[in-house]
Amino acid sequence: MRVALFLTCVNDALYPDTGRAVVTLLERLGVDVDFPTGQTCCGQPQYNTGYRRETEPLVHRMAKVFAGYDYVVTPSGSCAAMVRDNYPRIGAKARAEGRGTALGKAADALVPRVVELTEFLVDVLEVTDVGAYFPHTVTYHPSCHGLRMLGLGDRPVRLLRAVRGLTLIELPGAEECCGFGGTFSVKNPAVSTAMGTDKVRNAASTGAEVLCGADNSCLMHLGGLLHRQDQPLRPLHIAEILAATEQDATATEPTETVIPA
Amino acid sequence: MTTSRDRVLAKVRAALADVPPGAPDADPPVTRAYRTAHTEATGPALLALLAENLADYRAMVHRTTEDQLPSLLAEILRTHGSRTLAVPTDLPSKWLAAAHEVTRLPDSPTVTADQLNGVDSTLTGCALAIAETGTIVLDAGPAQGRRLLTLVPDHHICVIRADQVVASLPQALPRLDPTRPQTWISGPSATSDIELERVEGVHGPRCLEVVVVSG
Amino acid sequence: MSRTFLGMPPFPEAAAVSTQNAQLRANLTHATHTIRDKRARAVTELDDWAQLRQAGQEIKDHTLRHLDHYLLQAEKAVTAAGGTVHWAADAAEANRIVADLVRATGESEVVKVKSMATQEIGLNEALAAEGITAYETDLAELIVQLGDDLPSHILVPAIHRNRSEIRDIFRDAMGRWGRPAPDGLTDSPAELAEAARLHLREKFLRAKVAVSGANFIVAETGTLVVLESEGNGRMCLTLPETLISVVGIEKLVPSWRDLEVFLQLLPRSSTAERMNPYTTLWTGTTAGDGPSNFHLVLLDNGRTDTLADEVGRQALRCIRCSACLNVCPVYERAGGHAYGSPYPGPIGAILTPQLRGLQSEVDASLPYASSLCGACYEVCPVAIDIPEVLVQLRERVADQAPGHRLERAAMKSAGWLLDHPAAYSAALRTASRARGLLPRRLPLPGPAKAWSDSRDLPTLPEHPFRDWWNSRPNGEDGPKHDDGKTGKDSAAR
Repeated sequence: MRVALFLTCVNDALYPDTGRAVVTLLERLGVDVDFPTGQTCCGQPQYNTGYRRETEPLVHRMAKVFAGYDYVVTPSGSCAAMVRDNYPRIGAKARAEGRGTALGKAADALVPRVVELTEFLVDVLEVTDVGAYFPHTVTYHPSCHGLRMLGLGDRPVRLLRAVRGLTLIELPGAEECCGFGGTFSVKNPAVSTAMGTDKVRNAASTGAEVLCGADNSCLMHLGGLLHRQDQPLRPLHIAEILAATEQDATATEPTETVIPA
Repeated sequence: MTTSRDRVLAKVRAALADVPPGAPDADPPVTRAYRTAHTEATGPALLALLAENLADYRAMVHRTTEDQLPSLLAEILRTHGSRTLAVPTDLPSKWLAAAHEVTRLPDSPTVTADQLNGVDSTLTGCALAIAETGTIVLDAGPAQGRRLLTLVPDHHICVIRADQVVASLPQALPRLDPTRPQTWISGPSATSDIELERVEGVHGPRCLEVVVVSG
Repeated sequence: MSRTFLGMPPFPEAAAVSTQNAQLRANLTHATHTIRDKRARAVTELDDWAQLRQAGQEIKDHTLRHLDHYLLQAEKAVTAAGGTVHWAADAAEANRIVADLVRATGESEVVKVKSMATQEIGLNEALAAEGITAYETDLAELIVQLGDDLPSHILVPAIHRNRSEIRDIFRDAMGRWGRPAPDGLTDSPAELAEAARLHLREKFLRAKVAVSGANFIVAETGTLVVLESEGNGRMCLTLPETLISVVGIEKLVPSWRDLEVFLQLLPRSSTAERMNPYTTLWTGTTAGDGPSNFHLVLLDNGRTDTLADEVGRQALRCIRCSACLNVCPVYERAGGHAYGSPYPGPIGAILTPQLRGLQSEVDASLPYASSLCGACYEVCPVAIDIPEVLVQLRERVADQAPGHRLERAAMKSAGWLLDHPAAYSAALRTASRARGLLPRRLPLPGPAKAWSDSRDLPTLPEHPFRDWWNSRPNGEDGPKHDDGKTGKDSAAR
C-alpha cells in the first residue's frame, strides 16, 4: 500500500507538529508514508473566493504529485472536501467551457484516493484504538466540511474515546460552524468573530484542557481568539493526540512536549 | 406589439438553451420512492391516530357512535354556551335532533360575514380527514357550506365519519377534486410569530372541536 | 410604510453593527434555536424524508426545465376556471397591474396575506403612492408594518422583536391604523395575538379587495395553494370580492399529485409542524363561495435571469420554508436586515443577487456572507446546494467587479508561488526566519488587520514541516521527493 501524506499548505507552514504527528502515528501503525514535496496547496482559498480559473493549475499539480499512490491522506477535512466535492466541478466546468477533458481526467484520477486522516484510520486501517495515551480532558469540535461534506460522523470521537487517559467532554453546539470559513474570516470579520467567540465560550464551558479539532484552519481561528482572551484552553489537532504515547508522557514534561503552547 | 407575456416566455426559452428540446413527458419520471403512508394502521387504530394528532394540535376531540351523535352535539353546544349556530343547509337533520335551545342560522348566499361574526358556533361535516397529520379537509361539499361558514365564527364543530378517514396525504389527494375550493384544517388557528411561542387562536376559529363518528 | 431596503450598506458593514446589538442577538438566538430544534424533531418523524426531498428536487427541476410549457398550461387552466392571468416582466409592471386592478374596483384599501413576492416588488409602497392603503394581516407582518420596520425573516418577519418590543409597537401604533390596542395590554403572546385579532377583524369584514401570493400553482389544474397558520390568509382569500395573487413564475408544480410531496416537505421544514393549521386551495372562482373576481399576476422580475445560470437556477427550487435561515450561524448573528432584501439568510444570499444582479455593493457582498459551513444545504427540503451557488456567484463577482482587481492579482501571484514548489519552499523558510519580527496583532489595514482586530495571529514555527521531512534519514535524496525538481515543469496542461 503506497500512502502519501497531503499535509496542506496551512499545516506545512504553520503547524509542522501536526505533520510530524501524522507521520509518527501512521508509521507506528505500520504504514510507510511518503511526503511528496512537490505538494503545495489544493486551491481551496482561491476556489471558495471565486477564483476558479486560478485553481486549475493546482488541480493539475495535485493530481500529478499524488499520482501512483493508493491513498492520499490528509489531516484536514476541508481540504479533503475541496478535492472530493470541487475538483470534479472544476473539471466539468472546464469541459463545458470548451477547454478539453484533461482537467476533468486529472480530477477523476485523484478524487477517489483522497481520504481524511480519521477516515483512513477507521475505514482503511480499520483501527479505532491507535495505542495513544493522553492524560487530559478534551472537547472535540467537528469542523463543518468534515462533518457535513465528508460525513465523518463519529469517527474522530471513536478514535478519541479509545485513547488511554483521555477524558472526552461533549462540546455544546458542536455541529455549529466556528466562523473561520477561509476568506470569510477576513471579509466578514465581525460575524466570524461573533461565531468564534460563541464557539470558544462553549468550549471553555466544558472545563476541558484541550480543544481538539481535525482542521487546523479552524483551530487557528479559535486559537487566535483564545490567545487574545488569555483563555487557558489549548487548541490541538487530533493527530497530535493520537500520536501521543505513554513514552512521550514520561519522557519530560508531558504538556510541554505533547502540546504546543 | 410584444407583450410582457411574449417577453417572459422568450426569456424563459432563452434561459433554457442548455435543455435539449422535447416534451416534458420525455423526461425521466420523478423518483417517487417515498412512502404512500407512514402508518399501517386501519380501522379503529387509524381513528385513534387521527384523534391523537388532532389533539396534539389542540383540537378538542370527541369519539362517538352514529346513535349518540345528536346528544353529544347538544352537549358540546351546551358546554360551550352556544345560543346561535351557523349550519350548512344540507346538514343531516338528525345531527341537531337533541339541540333544542340553539337558534340556527342556515347558510345561504345572502348570509354575510358580519352576520356570521355574531354567531357563537358553526357545525359542519367534512370531505375527508388525514390521520397522520391530524388534518380535516373541507371542500364546500355535502354538509359543509361555503368557506366563510367555518371561518368567521369563533367555534367550529366538525363531524368526521370513520369512512372519511385516510392515513396520509398521498392517499388523500386522489380523493379530492381540484376544482372545488378547499380548506385544510389542522388544529385551531395559531401563531408562533411572537418569540416562536405558539398561541392558539388568532383569526380563524380559536376553538376547534372534532367529533369522530364510528359504528 | 416609508422604509425600504434601498440603499442598504454592504453586508459586512451592516453586520458589523448588528452583531453588536445584544438585544437583537438574544432575540435571534432564542428564536432560531427554538425552531431549528423543532424542525429536526418534525423531520425525524418521517423515515422517508430523504426520498421526499429527492422527489421535491426532481419535481422542481423538471418544472424549471419546461417552465414555458407549464406556464402556458397554468394560464390556460386558471383562465378556464374563471380567473384572469396577467404577466409582469418586472416589479414596476407588477405594481402597475395590481394598482390598476384595485382602482378598477373603486376601492382605496386592500387586505394582504403575507407574501414574499409582493415584498420583493415593494407593492405596499407602490400602492401607497397611488393612494391605496395595504393592510398587512399576518401577525408578524402587522408588527413590522405598525413598527415602520423591515422584515428580517421569511417565515417570521418580526423575529428580531421580542414580546415587550411588540407590546410597545401595538400600544403606540395600532390607533393610527385602526382599532387601538386594548388598555392595559401586557406583553403576553396570547394578549398580543388577541389585540391583533380585534384590530384586524374589522378590516377583514369590510375588505372588498385582497392581495396574496401563493406557495404553489398546480399547472394542470390551475389551482393556487396558500399555507398559513393564523386564519388571516383564509379571511383574505375568502371574504373579499376581488382577489389578486402575485406569484413568481417558479412557483409552479406540474400536477395535483405533486402536492403530496410539497405539502409534506413545507410545513415540517417551515413551522416544524406535521401540517400547518390552514391550507387554502382554490381554482379560479366558485359561484357563491369566495371572491367572484380572481386575478393571477405571474411575476418574472429576475427569475428568468436566474434560470439562465445553470448552477444558480437551483435557487428557483426554493419553497420559502426558511429552514436555512434558522440553522445559519451567520444569519443568527447578523440578523435579517443586514442582507438588504426581503430574502435574508443563505437563500437570500443566493437569490437576491441573482434576481437583482450583482451591480450594487450590497448585492455583490451577499455571496460572501457565508462561511460555507453547509448547514443550509443539509436542511433544505429541495436540496439546494447553497454553498455551491455561493461560490458560483463569487466567481461572477470576482469576474466583474473592479474592486476585486487587487484580490485577483494577489490570487494570481499566490497561484504562481503554489505552482512552483521550489519558490514555495523558499517562501516558507523566509517566513519562518522572519517570525521574530511578526507581531501577533497587525495594525495595518487589509485582511491581516481584519483578522487581528479580534484574533491573534498564530506564531510561525521555527521550520516548516518540509524542512523536518527533508532532514529525516533518507530525506533529501531518494525517489520520494521532487521538491523543486519535477515541480518546475509542473503538471501537464
